[in-house]
Parts: sequence; C-alpha cells; structure tokens
Amino acid sequence: MSLVKRLETFDRRWIFLTVGLLVLLPLIWPVPLPITVGPRAQKFYDAIEALPEGSTVLLACDYDPGAKPELVPMTRSVLRHLFARHCKAIITCLWNGGPGLVDQTVREVGREQGKVYGVDYVDLGYKAGYEAVMVLMGQSIPNTFPTDQSGGVTTSYPIMQGIRNYSSFPILISISAGYPGTKEYVQQVEGRFHIKIIAGVTAVSAPEFYAYLQSGQLQGLLGGMAGAAEYEKLRGESGAATRGMVPQSFAHVFIAFCILAGNAVQWLKRREKSA
Amino acid sequence: MHLSHDFGVWVAALLTLCIFSFLYKDNPFYKFAEHLFVGVSAGYYIILNFWTVVVPNLWVPLVRSFGQPGGPLRASLGDYRIWLALPGMLGLLLFTRLFGRVGWLSRWSLAVIIGVYAGLKTTGFAQGDFVAQVQASLQPLWTGNFWTSFNAILFTVGLITSLLFFFFSREHKGALGVASRVGIVFLMISFGAGYGYTVMSRVSLLIGRFQFLLEDWLGHR
Repeated sequence: MSLVKRLETFDRRWIFLTVGLLVLLPLIWPVPLPITVGPRAQKFYDAIEALPEGSTVLLACDYDPGAKPELVPMTRSVLRHLFARHCKAIITCLWNGGPGLVDQTVREVGREQGKVYGVDYVDLGYKAGYEAVMVLMGQSIPNTFPTDQSGGVTTSYPIMQGIRNYSSFPILISISAGYPGTKEYVQQVEGRFHIKIIAGVTAVSAPEFYAYLQSGQLQGLLGGMAGAAEYEKLRGESGAATRGMVPQSFAHVFIAFCILAGNAVQWLKRREKSA
Repeated sequence: MHLSHDFGVWVAALLTLCIFSFLYKDNPFYKFAEHLFVGVSAGYYIILNFWTVVVPNLWVPLVRSFGQPGGPLRASLGDYRIWLALPGMLGLLLFTRLFGRVGWLSRWSLAVIIGVYAGLKTTGFAQGDFVAQVQASLQPLWTGNFWTSFNAILFTVGLITSLLFFFFSREHKGALGVASRVGIVFLMISFGAGYGYTVMSRVSLLIGRFQFLLEDWLGHR
C-alpha cells in the first residue's frame, strides 16, 4: 500500500488519542510557557480598574456547564477583581442551564473573599424571556427579578436599595456563551440605555465581537480560555485558565500539523493521479 | 493523590468516562449516559421554568393580589395584577396543541411570541448592528500615522471586496471578478480565524473535563 493510501485510511482514533495525551500530560506535569497580555484583555482590566471604589456593577452570567472551562475562570477573576476594589455585584443569568453553576461559583468567591450575600453581592438567578428580559431590566430590575436565586424577595436585600434599572450601574459586565448574551446586550441595551459594556465570551464566539470592540460598543473583551488566562495574569492569579493554556498550545500545534498533513496528502494524491 | 469522597463527583466522573468511550466506538455505556442526560435535562428545564417563571411572575403576584383590598384590579407597582391573567391564558393556550380539534388556538400564543421577538430583533439589529457598524466602518483613510492608515485602508478594501463577493446581480467577471476574488481571500482569513477559535473552544472543553477528572475526582494537585 502506498504512503498516500495508508495516510488516507489512517484510523482517526490515533488522532483522538494523541490529542488526549497532549492535553493530559501537561496537566499532570506542567511545562512553563509565557502568556502575553493582548490589548483586548488589557482594556477589559482597565475598565474595571477605572470604576469608582464601592460601585455596584451588573454582572450578567449567561452560560451553562458546557462553557464552564472558559467562563467560570473569567467569572471568578472578575468577582475577585470587583471585590478587591470594594465594588458590589448584582448577578443575573438568562440561560436555563446556568443558574446552579453561576450561583455555586459566585458564592464560592464570595465566601473566599469574606463578602456578605445580599450586602456585597446578590444572585438574582434565572429569568426566561431572552431579549425581552434585557429590555424589561431597562424599566425595572426589581420588577423583572422579584425573587433571587434562593427565593428571597429581591427588594429586601441592602444591595438592592436604590437599584432601579441600567442607569444604576456604571458598567455592565457580560460573561456569555452565546444566545442570549453579549451580542443581545449590545443590540438591546448598549444603544438604548447608554451603558458601558465589557465582555468575556467563549472562544468560538469571540471573532464576531471584534467588530463591536472596534466600533466602541464594547469597551473590553476576553476571548475564551486564552482571554481568561491573560486576565488572570493581569490579576496576578494562577487559576484554571492559566493551567489550561499549556495543553491548549500543545493541542493547537498538533491540530495545525494535522491540517498541513491532510493538505499534503491531498496534494500527493492529485500528483499521483496526474502521473 | 486523594480520591474524592463525594458521591456526586464519582457519578460525574463515571458519566464523563462513559461519554469519552464513544471516541473508541459506539457502545452501551455511551448510550446510557446520553439517554440519562437527555432525560434529566428535560425534567430539569420543566421544573426550573415552573419555579422561576410561572410561580414568581404569575402565580404568587396573582394569589397575593386577591388578599389585598381591591384584589387584582388594584394598581400595585405600577400595574394591574389582572393583566397577568392574559399571558397566563396565552401560556395555557400553547397546550391546546395536545388536543387535535382545538390545536389551532395555540397559534394565537405563537403569533404573540413571534411578533414580540420579531419586533425586538428588528429594533435591536437596526440600533446595535446596522447603524453603529456602518458608522464605525466610515474611517479616515489617512490619519498621519503610517500603520494606522495602512490598517484603515486594509479594513476598507476588505469590507468593500467582501461585500462585492455577495453581489450576485452581475456575473463575477472583469473588475467585479477581481474584487470578488480579493473578497474571498478576506473571507477565508476570517473563516480561518473563526476555525482557530473554534478549536480553542473545543480543546478548552476537553481540558475542563481532564481538570475535573484529575483535580476533583483523583485529587491531583
């Protein structure tokens, strides 16, 4: 059998195994690789740094467990950053698979930072309705979320005193994995209610947000695990995203090699045919 | 290494391994995990929507209003609670699909849902995408700085040629053909960037699962 034929009929399970090992081994035996901070992550960081101390921020966590490796590290770092600047966070979730994961993450960080639920942060939980909820929040947040994630009356918490709608926040931080999420906040909220937005998104959706960043509709952007790792570096943390970047790099190099090999096989096949 | 003593972590770890087994070939363990996921998800979404939407937004406000003087017709928090009966009824009408002869009634609810979302999407797109993006695309080509100007020119060429690629009212020949071929190059570069980011997302999922198995389940730090 010729080399081209053998490569054409190559069992793809060897590729799965190689990717698996390239991801697993650096997690067991970490290899130090540098992480360079890009301008998008820097802008995201600077936007939070520019907040007046003690501000109350709206943190929209629109994701479910499918985006956990990319967006939970971002959520953790953002909350730590906000709490370090003595800011308060009001958290919402418009994804029905997400409220449990978001609540667990938020409370973990709250406990770790010694913050009090209802005073320093509150999780308003999930609300069905996609964009309609975003627009309703522009009228009244307490009416849109009458109860929080644990069933408590929203208006009974000290953090909610004086909170009316988007005008009560200096910034909206959208951590999103798709629809509804950052794109819908830009479309429905940024232009209409004139609130500054920064976003952390999954890598798969990141390219579509560059246009919003360029137009100034987004003030900062973290894209996927790489964005989360850059943000962790700016914060001086070494979290799950930073640990994940070495296997990420190894897997990318191997996949790039596979693409080149696949193209080489096609080229050789065409040359064999023409010969 | 300290194996987890948490029953939930063990269940999650074993189900993860069941799903991974599909990479070798389809098997009963994978099928079991897949069916379990579908069933649990369906139950979870029903319960979640009942307790986070129907109960706090419809049931509780309506029931409470009956205990107040004036009942649901009393203006409270800027609205009349009786209005809540309307979305409640539209929600119930959706279930008429289960009963053949009156199934057409569900179209009223669907009409409201589609109408509201079409309106929201149109205004959102016009405001957030169309106008803002056209405005942002009108850049000065010469800014005094070579690299910024180069960027602006490259951007404008990419924008115009990519748009011309989607102009199908004339055959892509001559100047239009050249422009659309240049547009293809820009589109291919954007698809490549998109593919690279997609790979990063998928590998991140694998990393997340391995981190869970190693750290949460096997206790490797």
